Amino acid sequence: MSITVTDKAAKHISNFLGKRGKGIGLRLGVRTTGCSGMAYKLEFVDEEQGEDVRFDSNGVTVFVDPKSLPYLDGMELDFAREGLNEGFKFNNPNVKNMCGCGESFNV
Amino acid sequence: MALLQISEPGMSTAPHQHRLAVGIDLGTTNSLVASVRSGIARVLDDIQGRSLVPSVVRYHADGKVEVGFEAQIRQSDDPHNTIVSVKRFMGRSLADLGDPGRFPYKFVDAPGMVQLQTAAGNKSPVEVSADILKVLRDRAERSLGGDLVGAVITVPAYFDDAQRQATKDAAKLAGLNILRLLNEPTAAAIAYGLDNAAEGVYAVYDLGGGTFDVSILKLTRGLFEVLSTNGDSALGGDDFDQRVFCWIVEQSRLTPLNAKDTRLLLTRAREAKEQLTEHDEARITALLSTGELVDLNLTTAKFNEITANLVSKTLAPTRKALRDAGLAADEVKGVVMVGGATRMPCIRHAVGEFFGQTPLTNLDPDKVVALGAAMQADVLAGNRKQDDDWLLLDVIPLSLGLETMGGLTEKVIPRNTTIPVARAQEFTTFKDGQTAMSFHVVQGERELVSDCRSLAKFELRGIPPMVAGAARIRVTFQVDADGLLSVSARELGTGIEAAITVKPSYGLSDDEIAGMLNDANAFAEEDMKARALNEQRVDGNSLVQATRAALEQDGEALLSLEERAAIRAGIADLEQRIAAEDHLAIKRAVESLNEATGDFAARRMDASVKKALRGHKLNEL
Repeated sequence: MSITVTDKAAKHISNFLGKRGKGIGLRLGVRTTGCSGMAYKLEFVDEEQGEDVRFDSNGVTVFVDPKSLPYLDGMELDFAREGLNEGFKFNNPNVKNMCGCGESFNV
Repeated sequence: MALLQISEPGMSTAPHQHRLAVGIDLGTTNSLVASVRSGIARVLDDIQGRSLVPSVVRYHADGKVEVGFEAQIRQSDDPHNTIVSVKRFMGRSLADLGDPGRFPYKFVDAPGMVQLQTAAGNKSPVEVSADILKVLRDRAERSLGGDLVGAVITVPAYFDDAQRQATKDAAKLAGLNILRLLNEPTAAAIAYGLDNAAEGVYAVYDLGGGTFDVSILKLTRGLFEVLSTNGDSALGGDDFDQRVFCWIVEQSRLTPLNAKDTRLLLTRAREAKEQLTEHDEARITALLSTGELVDLNLTTAKFNEITANLVSKTLAPTRKALRDAGLAADEVKGVVMVGGATRMPCIRHAVGEFFGQTPLTNLDPDKVVALGAAMQADVLAGNRKQDDDWLLLDVIPLSLGLETMGGLTEKVIPRNTTIPVARAQEFTTFKDGQTAMSFHVVQGERELVSDCRSLAKFELRGIPPMVAGAARIRVTFQVDADGLLSVSARELGTGIEAAITVKPSYGLSDDEIAGMLNDANAFAEEDMKARALNEQRVDGNSLVQATRAALEQDGEALLSLEERAAIRAGIADLEQRIAAEDHLAIKRAVESLNEATGDFAARRMDASVKKALRGHKLNEL
């Protein structure tokens, strides 16, 4: 089982956490919703939940709940810029197809 | 693939439901838009990395509108059609302007609010502001990757109801949903996190390009009250440039200058001023069209000397503001600096000395108001939990009241009352048998109605005839969270009622706004096409990238030669469509490439599932 964070994403995450002034890491997850079945969750973490699985990558701690893990295993979190917009990108090998915007997907 | 932001714990949104909200500093000289992303408030830049949009709009005869830098550079060639500092005219009538001759515009005396004659017809200040807001909205939507749920727009603390309503109308016209109007000094204080700081009195010193405002705020339980404001609407950083300019002309003994040389030297003067922020001296060189050469050295000491009285001109209103608030300088707990001109060391020094403490300067003074507004917008849009200690209260800036006999003001809601609020007061008839009563709603601190601002008039008819003083008429003032007022009057015996929502007397009716919106819709189709094209291009590009990556990784293992060729052809076709302008063709190409790669995706999925499952028992998953 592995989840990785690219250098670029790690730099932004550390910066966001630092400026936010609190938080121990990042939560990745999936929820069943959206036009293609599932959607990603990306949140700050203030406290660990009981069953969370932890991953450390590039100095960032990532928390994933066990139910989401099969859908996210092997994925890489990247940070990208598209025109004026910028944000985080999930490079997820488990995804079969996405809706046009890529915010929801199924496996 | 959409780009995601980090949410607060438990505050993730459903796909396509992001609560994108922005804060807008709609300034006299420059405007900015900011937003909170992944927990941090940031000003949104344009593609060239510029954050400021000069508040300048130029109208062409063919209906084309230029906003910002491109309008600003044409300002001196086309002064009548290039509107600068439109904020000064918001909600103002021709009579309010005093001497309209000092502006280069042709004013039209429309009821309530002036209009400006341009090549594209008469423009109300509301429309001009809306054109600035549209540019900011467009930038925000492209930066945040979606439609906005709303915006917080800042206004000066001294803006009255008419000026606030005009600002709201401008936002409506620009297609923005106003979450709240926020006082500029309050926004600056929020950006510095003072709302979470110790209770006490804070001063906000705001020296912009052409205006100076000072506000005294009192913080109690996370709520800011504006105790007093003062300022000088014709004093700003530009005046410092002007002083340096005069010094250059004097030192170099220049003959009268033409417009071009004047502009050149004003630019050099500004550059020198900015250089003196970091250095002790600045060299000024310029070659004029007359062949004269300017080559001077301006030291900090000299600069301070020639601008000393400008600095003290800001301290007089500051002193007055303190006096109005009934405070001494040493009772102020913190001083916030706002506006680009507060970068000047002489200003920081003078303000520091005046208040006996070092002012807060670690945030960019040009951006601090927009940042505070963005933080407020983030809360109002629902991106934070209630327990985060964010109070969302504001106060009414000026007292609201009614005219009573003798032209006197009866205050119903005193200023600094927290909003939303409702207050009622009872009035009675003045004459025997009086069957109607007219109400005149005014705003201001003065006793005489003629010194206050008239907001609205309405009548209550059908009061049963009674002796004077017998009728009981209850008047209710209600102010919503945006500081906008509705007034109702009710005769308690019969229950007859009359009400008015204060559409301030400058009178932009809903119909007029609808008309303006219709005009705006004339351009909407074009906008929509451009938007659809952009969206399809983004979709297409991401599909091309994803397919290429998949081909490279698994193409040889999972696909036959023909299948690969077919997918490559699909990619080539899509790329060609992306380069062209037809969004529907791109969409079709995306669909057909999706179809062509369907099997491939399924095979890749199978392969990766096999790989993932290898060595695991089913119940481990």
